[in-house]
Amino acid sequence: MSAARLPSAFAELERYAEIWCLPTEAERWNRRMDTSMLAMREFYEAFSPRLEEAIDYCDKFPLDDVPDDALNLLHLIYSMVMVSMAVEVFGQPKPTDSGDAVIDRVGEPVP
Amino acid sequence: MGKWPKPAEGSWTEHYPELGTGPVSFRDSTSPEFYEMEREAIFKRAWLNVGRVEELPRVGSYFTKEIDAAKVSVIVVKGKEEKIRAFYNVCRHRGNKLVWNDFPNEEVKGACRQFTCKYHGWRYDLDGALTFVQQPNEFFDLDSAEYGLSPVHCDLWNGFIFINLDREPRQSLREFLGPMITGLDDYPFEKLTERYDFVAHNNSNWKIFADAFQEYYHVPSLHPQQVPSEVRQPNVGFECAHFQIDGPHRLVSTAGTRRWLMAPEYMYPIERATRSGLVGPWRTPETHLPAGLNPGGIESWGISNFQIFPNLEILIYGGWYLLYRYWPTSHNTHKFEAYTAFHPARSVRERIEHEVAAVVLKEFALQDAGMLGGTQAALETGIVDEFPLNDQEILVRHLHKVVVDWVDKYQREQTPVGAAR
Repeated sequence: MSAARLPSAFAELERYAEIWCLPTEAERWNRRMDTSMLAMREFYEAFSPRLEEAIDYCDKFPLDDVPDDALNLLHLIYSMVMVSMAVEVFGQPKPTDSGDAVIDRVGEPVP
Repeated sequence: MGKWPKPAEGSWTEHYPELGTGPVSFRDSTSPEFYEMEREAIFKRAWLNVGRVEELPRVGSYFTKEIDAAKVSVIVVKGKEEKIRAFYNVCRHRGNKLVWNDFPNEEVKGACRQFTCKYHGWRYDLDGALTFVQQPNEFFDLDSAEYGLSPVHCDLWNGFIFINLDREPRQSLREFLGPMITGLDDYPFEKLTERYDFVAHNNSNWKIFADAFQEYYHVPSLHPQQVPSEVRQPNVGFECAHFQIDGPHRLVSTAGTRRWLMAPEYMYPIERATRSGLVGPWRTPETHLPAGLNPGGIESWGISNFQIFPNLEILIYGGWYLLYRYWPTSHNTHKFEAYTAFHPARSVRERIEHEVAAVVLKEFALQDAGMLGGTQAALETGIVDEFPLNDQEILVRHLHKVVVDWVDKYQREQTPVGAAR
């Protein structure tokens, strides 16, 4: 088994880490577009009960000094935000009626 | 009967009688010939916002701006004594583009001590002066003082960098902005430096896209998902609390129940978990809100959306704002630039709040962008050219009127006195 990416308290989410620990919005957006609703719902259902706890966990660290495992968890939270748009809001990967439009995020703070 | 009082004339539109109330033509958004005139009449005359002072942090910081509508490239640079200047991006020797990397049409940014032309090595300092010519003795009476970079008028307002491509601007920047926009003089934009930046290339005229962000009549229809489906009510409209026009600029304010004060079912679970969402972070650091932000005196004020002619929108939510720019690239395409700006996050939780707001913005802007390709395509058929606009759409009416007025004025100036038109 590969090394754990997430803090041990969130070990049950480890199998999503490989897919969804993505540092940039561009990667998260592309992953969302390439993932079935079934798979996104599964991730969403698994993470939902732990989401607020995960935010509190990451919030213990200063922004400029987040350890690697918590940083992975933060990226997983960002993916949860991304996936929740598909699961909670639109019921499909792409926003309803967005046609062929593309908007690229070209700048963002780190992390 | 509406929820918000209208002016004594009975409507916002009639409060500004020059707007009229009749149907409106959108031929100004489908005609290549009209676009050619807009380039001269508007984009080479109006003050254009190209960035913020924070994008030029130190002496030598620069960026280039490709302004297709005016067929120019401009260098904006912070020079000696921290003064920000703008120049046409053209080497005075043989006309090569001075500052670019691999692709001449792509904007670049960076920091340097001087600009060096890649072609023959001419150099210019940060103030635009020509400082080095290779083999000067080979030239004929070359006076380097005559060959500095061609300057572009450049001025600042509250940290926003504006340029003006006219030979001599008809108004100072401050006069151009007028009292309604400069009512934001004290808004602390300089503190809202945590940015999420977006770019899109949209298949519609720049005004057609701007229109989608200056009326909220379309929100219940195009963006029903802004309200969770369980509590969504069919046939509920959206009414803005205040509209205002000042010269070529426009404003709309809405009232807003603070989202977190609403019953939980009015929010999506992700909003409750992150305390952020459609209207941004639920709480933001204490932010000075000048009276000019809410000139209609709306209680309880929600947002104010300033439409600054020709192609800039600043939408202020209180403790954060978003900014849109619409740069035409042809009569039926434009480049859309947008960003959200927040107080720098002090904690991971605040950063997550900002991420949520930035994600939500893109979701709903994509709905606007997706649909407007359809609007443009249908308008271009030319089958219909009289469109009724309601009072909630007063700002749409105003933008198209101002654009046509500026083009008319330009055309009149091109026609010699006494000549038949």
